[in-house]
Amino acid sequence: MSETAAQPGRRAHEPFLQHHFAEPEQQVEAGKIGMWLFLVTEVLLFGGLFVAFGIMQTRHPEAFASAHHHLDRIMGGLNTIVLLSSSFTMVMAVAAAAANKRKQLIVFLVLTLVFAGVFLVVKYFEYSHKFHDGLLPGKYYSFQGESVPGEFMFFSFYFMMTGLHGIHVLAGMGAIGWVLRRAIRGDFSNRYYAPVDLVGLYWHLVDLIWIYLFPLLYLIQ
Amino acid sequence: MTEVITPAAPVHRGPADLHYLNEHRGLRSWLTTVDHKRIGVMYLWSVLLAFLLGGIFAMLVRLELLTPKKTIIEADAYNQAFTLHGAIMIFLFIIPAIPAALGNFVLPLLLGAKDVAFPRLNLASYYVYVIGALFALGSMLTGGVDTGWTFYTPYSTTSNTSVSMMTMAAFILGFSSIFTGVNFIATIHKLRAPGMSWHTMPLFVWGTYATAVIQVLATPVLGITLLLLLMERVWEIGIFDPRLGGDPVLFQHFFWFYSHPAVYIMILPGMAIISEVVPTFSKKTIFGYKAIAYSSVAIAFVSFLVWGHHMFTSGQSDLATAVFSFLTFLVAIPSAIKVFNWLATMYRGSLDLKAPMLYAIMFLLLFAIGGLTGIFLGTISVDVHLHDTYFVVAHFHYVMMGGTVIAFLAGLHYWWPKMFGRMYSESWARVAAALIFIGFNMTFIPQFIMGSRGMPRRYYNYLDQFQPLHGFSTFGSWVLGLGLLIVAGYLLGSLRKRCDAPGSPWGGMTLEWTTSSPPITHNFETTPVLTHGPYDYSLPGRRA
Repeated sequence: MSETAAQPGRRAHEPFLQHHFAEPEQQVEAGKIGMWLFLVTEVLLFGGLFVAFGIMQTRHPEAFASAHHHLDRIMGGLNTIVLLSSSFTMVMAVAAAAANKRKQLIVFLVLTLVFAGVFLVVKYFEYSHKFHDGLLPGKYYSFQGESVPGEFMFFSFYFMMTGLHGIHVLAGMGAIGWVLRRAIRGDFSNRYYAPVDLVGLYWHLVDLIWIYLFPLLYLIQ
Repeated sequence: MTEVITPAAPVHRGPADLHYLNEHRGLRSWLTTVDHKRIGVMYLWSVLLAFLLGGIFAMLVRLELLTPKKTIIEADAYNQAFTLHGAIMIFLFIIPAIPAALGNFVLPLLLGAKDVAFPRLNLASYYVYVIGALFALGSMLTGGVDTGWTFYTPYSTTSNTSVSMMTMAAFILGFSSIFTGVNFIATIHKLRAPGMSWHTMPLFVWGTYATAVIQVLATPVLGITLLLLLMERVWEIGIFDPRLGGDPVLFQHFFWFYSHPAVYIMILPGMAIISEVVPTFSKKTIFGYKAIAYSSVAIAFVSFLVWGHHMFTSGQSDLATAVFSFLTFLVAIPSAIKVFNWLATMYRGSLDLKAPMLYAIMFLLLFAIGGLTGIFLGTISVDVHLHDTYFVVAHFHYVMMGGTVIAFLAGLHYWWPKMFGRMYSESWARVAAALIFIGFNMTFIPQFIMGSRGMPRRYYNYLDQFQPLHGFSTFGSWVLGLGLLIVAGYLLGSLRKRCDAPGSPWGGMTLEWTTSSPPITHNFETTPVLTHGPYDYSLPGRRA
């Protein structure tokens, strides 16, 4: 990919400059445009679910209100704090990369990964509780206690939305892991740290989606 | 370092010895390539294969409709045939045909760039396309689909054919489309040649840009819609199922929120090709550059506001219907702006009726009919009568086949020498173009007439009174099919020859004609610097 034949002298100093870009800034800006566009598609993907949720909630207000009491606000709140903290460590990681501080960068990336892991563990306990009670989507709904007809639909949305979000957390962890590996290898410097920046953008979106999911599913009556 | 292309002496390079096709050899070099030209070529063969497959299903549908009741296949097989025709043509052929195949090849060349912004993402988009295509194939082999390409609920959630797998296929293909869109937007923003401003970009780039915006904004919604449909089938989540408190019309809203903009994903690149072909073969500066450029963006914008016109008879509110009808009419304005500007470009130009130009003129005629009949369908009172009849079928085939496919053929003939370095037989091209034009109209004019008389679409059986028109339509499809086979024959035949195409066979002024045919791996010997507009045929020494 890094074609150095054309201008060997200048390009030798930019090992990660791809051959079709004239200069590093152009590559960074192109990457940013690409990432923002990708984030737009993510917002629209989740947007569809939010719209569907909104429409079904207005059709079945009692069922949705009753069903959301089964969610554990403490666990949800804890996860919100965990994800917000992970966004903070991600910002610090990007700042460390920009300041050419490799050790700090590695520490903050590891911390971000740890927070992401904690989020998934909490989610795991929440899910197992729902599984145990039979609070499952669609035809698998088998809750035995008192409930309003139609609650299965709320849990359909609950599992689709948090499940899709969970997949995004996993993908984000993969991306952070990749950046971490490159950071340990010493690829990044204050001249080149675009991947850290871009993965950071993605991670903030994953956080942001949760910021909307939490009140929508856990808090709103 | 940079080469200045002077208007008086355009560079006409002959066939290159070493170019992108032969510099690296072997299957591996193709499968791992990140060269936009090779990816474009791989896309081209793939979409042409899909076109062939979709075409075979089309011929099957037409053959079955030759007579009322059974002609050759049973009703269930017929339902599958029209579904697969639609699904293959839409998701595997038309959507990727112009942007991903031709666009991938020419966009960086038009911009004077070495590649697209994200070459590896570009290759990924191709592999995702292939995976999606395999899923579609898998669906066909494991029971097929009989829901129509629109997958309307509640039938699609109850049909026991292989709907889930086809849904997955469309979902995966959506990612491929998004990747291409993201890539093209970043490329157009960041990789224009020095000196190329937004207003000196070739118009193909504007069309591609508008297309990419729709791809990025609309496709994720299709993704989530198909995911919900899949969940409905697997988990019975209930949101589209009235028995469980859901709403089947909600699916239609979701589906058309993507799929109406998607028809502009299909037509805008077609218009973009016409904007290149018309000035080149009129030897005249494009008339109304900015009007054509901004009308593409306007179409992209309006495309998101008209989806409700698919549900005039589905029980949506009268107010919504009236608003959607009005918004639908708005589409006619930017579309007409384009057509009038192309005509004005041709007016008093030195027309050169080579194959690409023949197709461009064909496009103007057929698209005008397709566009105007769209106004009929956007009119509420008329639509109530025409909804779900052959009038609709004829309308969208005039836009999609008469518009997009004909424009695709124009582009294919225009850039074929650039892509493969070979000239094709001009006389065979004329014969084929004539057959395609005649065959197309024979096929679809009867459908307008039948539709206005009440022949419903997708029906297996029909009243005897429609037989002559159905028969005529089927004969037309044979003429059309023959024309397309001839195109395949002489284009493939040309590949057996030695490279003989000059760098600039048509005298075009955009940058792709300044490099050799086929281009070298890095596109240009040196980074081109733009010194004139893309269509400055009035400059001294350029007038034919």
